[in-house]
Amino acid sequence: MPQIFHRSANALARGSIVIAIALVGLLGIALWEITMSPYYTEQDVTRQQPVPFSHRHHAGELGIDCRYCHTSVEKSSFAGLPPTQTCMTCHSQIWTNSEMLEPVRASYRTNQSLAWTRVNALPDFVYFDHSIHVAKGVGCTTCHGPIAEMPLTYRAGTLYMSWCLDCHRQPEKYVRPKSEVFNPFYQPPPNQLELGRQLVKEYKIQSLQHCSTCHR
Amino acid sequence: MASEGSQKHTAVAEPEPIIAPGHTLATVTDKISSIVLTPGITKGWLGGFTIAVMLFLLLNVVMVYLFTFGVGIWGINVPVAWAFAITNFVWWIGIGHAGTLISAFLLLMHQRWRTSINRFAEAMTIFAVMCAGMFPLLHMGRPWLFYYMMPYPNPMWLWPQFRSPLVWDVFAVSTYFTVSLLFWFVGLIPDLATLRDKAKGRISQVVYGMLALGWRGSAVHWSRYEFASLLLAGIATPLVVSVHTVVSFDFTAAIVPGWHSTIFPPYFVAGAIYSGFAMVLTLAIPLRKYYHLEDLVTIRHLDIISKVMLATGMIVAYAYLIEAFMAFYSGSEYEKFMLMNRMTGPYKVVYWGLITCNLIIPQLLWFRKVRRNAAALFAIALVINVGMWLERFVIIAISLHRDFIPGKWGMYYPTRWDWATLAGSFGLFFVLFYLFIRFLPMISMVEVRSLVHQTEEEKLHA
Repeated sequence: MPQIFHRSANALARGSIVIAIALVGLLGIALWEITMSPYYTEQDVTRQQPVPFSHRHHAGELGIDCRYCHTSVEKSSFAGLPPTQTCMTCHSQIWTNSEMLEPVRASYRTNQSLAWTRVNALPDFVYFDHSIHVAKGVGCTTCHGPIAEMPLTYRAGTLYMSWCLDCHRQPEKYVRPKSEVFNPFYQPPPNQLELGRQLVKEYKIQSLQHCSTCHR
Repeated sequence: MASEGSQKHTAVAEPEPIIAPGHTLATVTDKISSIVLTPGITKGWLGGFTIAVMLFLLLNVVMVYLFTFGVGIWGINVPVAWAFAITNFVWWIGIGHAGTLISAFLLLMHQRWRTSINRFAEAMTIFAVMCAGMFPLLHMGRPWLFYYMMPYPNPMWLWPQFRSPLVWDVFAVSTYFTVSLLFWFVGLIPDLATLRDKAKGRISQVVYGMLALGWRGSAVHWSRYEFASLLLAGIATPLVVSVHTVVSFDFTAAIVPGWHSTIFPPYFVAGAIYSGFAMVLTLAIPLRKYYHLEDLVTIRHLDIISKVMLATGMIVAYAYLIEAFMAFYSGSEYEKFMLMNRMTGPYKVVYWGLITCNLIIPQLLWFRKVRRNAAALFAIALVINVGMWLERFVIIAISLHRDFIPGKWGMYYPTRWDWATLAGSFGLFFVLFYLFIRFLPMISMVEVRSLVHQTEEEKLHA
């Protein structure tokens, strides 16, 4: 009886099996790469702010301590964003006619807060507390990256649960002496693991991994 | 008088044929393929299909409403947090087990009577597993996160809770579906090739041709086909026992009286085969009548199926009686109360309905006349289907509604959305089944032809 399909259907059928398997594999890889990419995590993405505030100038070049603006980091879960009065402690005296700083002066005049765009924000179902991390030897730059070298602020970590778990499971990789917590230029020493293990014992770090630690 | 008596008591010399005499290879092929290849649709098929489609549309409405407003549209609450959804899930999965038993287990046991029923029984399994698989997804509070149940690499570095039977369910049901689908499809390939060769229209030729995967009917192909069938049957057979065992673990892993019982795995498996064979009868009896297949699906088939139902029904009856005995023998006041509550509490109508449907009415199957009467069997099969659904409801809802602490006791009342979801699942099942009987050969031409051949060989060499 006459053939229904051309002879090439054989090759097409066999080829399509290989292509289907390859496609499924590629799809998996693509999904993973997209999930890990800055498109999804906003890592290394500088976001539009009302004023182009430079941490590099203020924290790095001028050496202003983190806590001068982020005042509640040692006492509260939220580190705090500075009110306009904090900016005006200096900028009422210097750069008083700068066009770049006009929104700051306008905010001071009108008593309307500057609407900063959150760069490091966790979803609402995660309860993160700054004060305990700072008290136990986790430095600012450990999570927030080389903030004193950022001309514009970007998120340094993915903020994924896996990123948090990386430290919670092995705090000795990241913990630093308490005196160095607010040092933006601290580099971990070559014997970080050894030093870390000793600090974990000394500071009695529990490295909690129970679900209800963060998902209260 | 004496001769009649001796006729009654003499054993039948030859077992009744499982295929009507007079069939040849060609007549079997023609009869079955003509149902598929005859163009157009009959009024009866269209009527049934319309009802199925309407139920399926109801299911779609229910799903939209459910995903919008959440599982509160059902009557579930604390304490009865699982009711119709899980009842339906267990019921549909149980039904599927008969198909696999007929196709796979009886193949390994060389039971030739399975040949004319295994195709639509296996199709019934696949569609039942699809209906069943919907319910765990529907009953989730956040169904859009269903993929959390699968162990995939995720940015939370979390695996599913592998200690939970609910996760084992995911693997059991998906394995079961995959293996059943493969087994069914591999068995279909030569039949699809037959349809490809006999089809007149170009579309039919191309579609059946693509599905037949280039089957030539050569000796090599047949040899591989036989080997693949045996292999897949070997893989599918343990699934008959394991899948429903894992489903029963959903309950046994909990501490609720009425759930935490070691008899559940064999009890559930027997119950699954019981309800599955009842569904096979519910489908086979109208099919053989409407499509004039009495010569292929004979009275002897109905007789054998009834005997299997009776046997598994007795196992289920044993399980009921042992549960009752153990409730008192254990001395546990919670177990004792659980049983008394089932028998005399607010849901006692459901419990006694269950006993009637599953225990009492199927005792009619002891009688040969009943086993060989298609209409009576149809009625009994429907009763058993209902009874098995009631059994799952009794186990789930009645055990939950009154457990350890009286302060937590409550009642469960199904809402119209509960009933609509159940009815809608029938829509999905019957839409698929009607499409199956229209477009695919509902009896395995390959196997029935080999049965004809074997029967002729036996006659020649007798």
